Amino acid sequence: MQKSLHIDPGKCTGCVQCELACSFENEGVFNTAKSRIKVFTFHQEGRFVPYTCTQCDEAWCMQACPVDAIVINAKTGSKDIIEDRCVGCKVCTIACPFGTVNYNQDTGKVIKCDLCGGDPACASACPTAAITYIDADTTGLDRMRAWAAKTDNAAQASA
Amino acid sequence: MAWTNKVLRVNLSEGTCNSEPLNTEWAQDYIGQRGLATRYMVEEVDATCDPLGPDNKLIFATGPLTGTMASTGGRYSVITKGPLTGAIACSNSGGFLGAELKSAGWDMVILEGKSDKPVYLYIENEEAQLLSADDLWGKSVWETDELLHKKHQDPQLRIAACGRSAETGCLYAGIVNDLHRAAGRSGVGTVMASKNLKALAVRGTRGVGNIKDPARFMETAREQKQVLADHPVTGEGLPTLGTQVLMNVINESGALPTRNMREVKFDGARKISGEQMLEVRKTDGRPNLTTNAACFGCTIACGRISTIDQGHFTVENKPQYWGNSGGLEYEAAWALGADTGVDDLDTLTYANFLCNEDGFDPISFGATVAAAMELFDIGAITTKETDGMEFNFGSAEALAWAAEKVATGEGFGADLALGSKRLCEKYGHPDLSMTVKGQEFPAYDPRGIQGMGLAYATSNRGACHLRGYTVSSEILGIPEKTDPLVTDGKAGLVKAFQDVTAAWDSTGLCLFTSFAWSLENVAPHMDSACEGDWDANRLMETGERIWNLERDFNMRAGLTAADDTLPKRMLEEAANTGPAEGKVSGLAEMLPEYYKERGWRQDGNLSDETRERLRLPG
Repeated sequence: MQKSLHIDPGKCTGCVQCELACSFENEGVFNTAKSRIKVFTFHQEGRFVPYTCTQCDEAWCMQACPVDAIVINAKTGSKDIIEDRCVGCKVCTIACPFGTVNYNQDTGKVIKCDLCGGDPACASACPTAAITYIDADTTGLDRMRAWAAKTDNAAQASA
Repeated sequence: MAWTNKVLRVNLSEGTCNSEPLNTEWAQDYIGQRGLATRYMVEEVDATCDPLGPDNKLIFATGPLTGTMASTGGRYSVITKGPLTGAIACSNSGGFLGAELKSAGWDMVILEGKSDKPVYLYIENEEAQLLSADDLWGKSVWETDELLHKKHQDPQLRIAACGRSAETGCLYAGIVNDLHRAAGRSGVGTVMASKNLKALAVRGTRGVGNIKDPARFMETAREQKQVLADHPVTGEGLPTLGTQVLMNVINESGALPTRNMREVKFDGARKISGEQMLEVRKTDGRPNLTTNAACFGCTIACGRISTIDQGHFTVENKPQYWGNSGGLEYEAAWALGADTGVDDLDTLTYANFLCNEDGFDPISFGATVAAAMELFDIGAITTKETDGMEFNFGSAEALAWAAEKVATGEGFGADLALGSKRLCEKYGHPDLSMTVKGQEFPAYDPRGIQGMGLAYATSNRGACHLRGYTVSSEILGIPEKTDPLVTDGKAGLVKAFQDVTAAWDSTGLCLFTSFAWSLENVAPHMDSACEGDWDANRLMETGERIWNLERDFNMRAGLTAADDTLPKRMLEEAANTGPAEGKVSGLAEMLPEYYKERGWRQDGNLSDETRERLRLPG
C-alpha cells in the first residue's frame, strides 16, 4: 500500500516541530531554514499551513532533470534526489509548480522531501495530527466523514 | 554543548559589533538566558547606574535549549536594570526571535552604551551591523516590522522592536517580537529606546546542532512531549482556553483583584473569560478567538489569535485592527478588565492590540489605569487632569482612550505612562498604588492566595506572577495542593517555586511546561544536550544561585529589606467577600521565615555562608 503525507491546516498551530524534525533527520541539525517542509503563517487570517512535496506521479522535477538525478523510490513512491548525480543546475526548482524543490547553498545540491524512506519525521513530530502519513488512496477520508456527519438523514429514518 | 559559545557584543556609542567567546564556566553555573545574562550584568554593570543612561546594558539572551526540538524551546530573555523598579529586570518572550538568534549562531547579544542617532541591529548569521533607523523612529512596532521586512526583502526575517510608548518614555514599555509576543514587563523596552536602538532584525540559517547525545536528546524530547500532551492543563486547558482558563477559576476562589484591588471578585469575570472568547458574537457572528497558536517548537500552543468586531466602537473606520492578531492572555484580560471594572471583551482585545502595536505592558498599563480610576473616583484627579475624559471604573471608553494616549505619550497618557506608583505619588495618594518595588501587581489577590503575597513582596523584579507561581499549588494543586488561605509553610513553598523558576527561565524552555513537568523532566533535556552532568538537584541549586545573584544585584542597586513589602491595602484592608473574606495578607508572618530559609541576614542581605555555599561572586 502506498502512503501519502496528508496535511490538515485546520489543526496546525504553527509550532514548527515538523520543520525541526525534518532538518534534524536530514541534516543532523535543528534548522528551519533547511527543512523540506515549511509552515506558512497567514497572520491577518489567523491560519497556519504546512506545505511540502506531494510526490506527483508524473513529477515535473524528475522529468526536467537533465542528469536523471531524481528517481522514483520503489518502496514509498517518493521522488528522491541522488546527491552524487545532482549538479545543482536548479532546473527542477523551476519545473516544480509548487516550489517544494529547493537549492541548498551549503552543499550545492537541491533538496526535497523523500518521505524519510517511509517514516516521515514531520508526521511523527506533529503534536496535533495536522500532518499524518496515511493510505494514499484515502487521504480524503476524514473530510468525507466530516461532511457525512453533517448530512441530514433524519427524514429517511422517519419515512 | 547546545550553547553556540558565542556572544555578540554591540557598542552603540562606538557603532561596533564584535564576536567574543561565551564564558563557559559561567554557563555551567548559570545555564543561559536569565541566569547567565544576570551573571554578565553583575560583572559588567554598576548596579547603581541610571537605568536609562549609557552605563546600563541590555542583554538579549537565549538558553542552551533555545532553538532545539525540546517542546517550547524557543524562549529568550531580555536582561537589564529596569527603569520602573531600579532593580534587575528580566523579561522572557516566546515567538520565533529567540530561536532565530540562536540559529544565527549567538547565545546572547550584549548591547552597551548609547547611539547618538536611531539605529537598528541587523544580524544575518555571523554578520552583524548597526543600520540607520531614522525612518523607523516614531513608528509603531507593527509599522517597524512591516518596513524592515520590505526594506530587506526577506519575509523570513524575525524582528523585535520597541514602540512609540518606549520612545516617549513610558516606564513599562516592553520589546515586542513577531508582532505580538513580548518581553513585556519592567520597562526593558524603555531601556532599549533610551539607547536609541529601535529594533533587532535577525536571520539565522546555521541551525542549532552541537547536541551532546543527539539520539538520547530526541528520545527525551519525544517522551516529554507526550507528558505535556497527556496532562489536563498543558494537553487540554491551555490549548483550548489559553491562560484565560484561569479567569473563572480565580474569580471563584475569591482572589480576582477588582477595581484597583478594592474587591476580590468581579461580577463581569465570565464576560471577559476564556470561555467567552469562544462564544459567537451576536454582532458579527464570529467568536473573539479565531485559533490557538504556538511559539517556536511548542507543543502546548496556548497563544490566542483573535479579532475585534469590525463594527465595535474602538475600531470603527480603522481597518488596521480588523484582522487577526495576538489576543488576550489571562494577566492582560485581568488588568485591562477586572482591575479597571471593564467587562467588554472587544474593548479589552483592542487595548491588548495597542499594547502589542506600541509595545507596552498590559499588566502595568491596566493596573495604572485602575489606579487612575480610583484617583478619579475619590476626586484626587478630575477631568482637568485627564484631558476631559471621565475616568470612571468600568468605562470602556476611558480604557480604550488611555491605551491610545499611552501608545503615543500624549496628554494624560504621559502621566499614565509613569506607572501606578509615580502616578499615585504625583497626585498625593501613594497608598493607592498596587505595586511592589514600583511594579504593578498581576492577577492574583494576596489576601486570597497567601503565598502570592510573599512571592510579590520578594520578587526580584517587583510584583510578578512569574517569579514564584504558588497559585499552581495553592489553587490548582500542582505539584500538590496547599491551602491558599494559610501562611504556614508558604515561606518554603515560595522559595522552592522561585528557585525552580529561576533555573527553568535559564534553559530556553517555557515556564508553562511546569504544569506538567518538574525539574525531573527538564533535567534529561539538559543532560542529553549540554556539556556536564545535569540532574534535578543541580538545576535546583543553580536556580537558588541565580535567585541570590539577582537579589545581590538589587541590594547593590540600593534596595533594602524595607522594599520587601506590600501596599497598605493588602496588609490592612480585608477581603470583602468570598473564601478570603475578613483576611488580609499575612506577609509579616511569612517574611522572617523566608529570610531564614534563604540564608539572608535580617537586613535582607545575603549572609557570607549563603554567598559561599552558592559560590556567588564577592
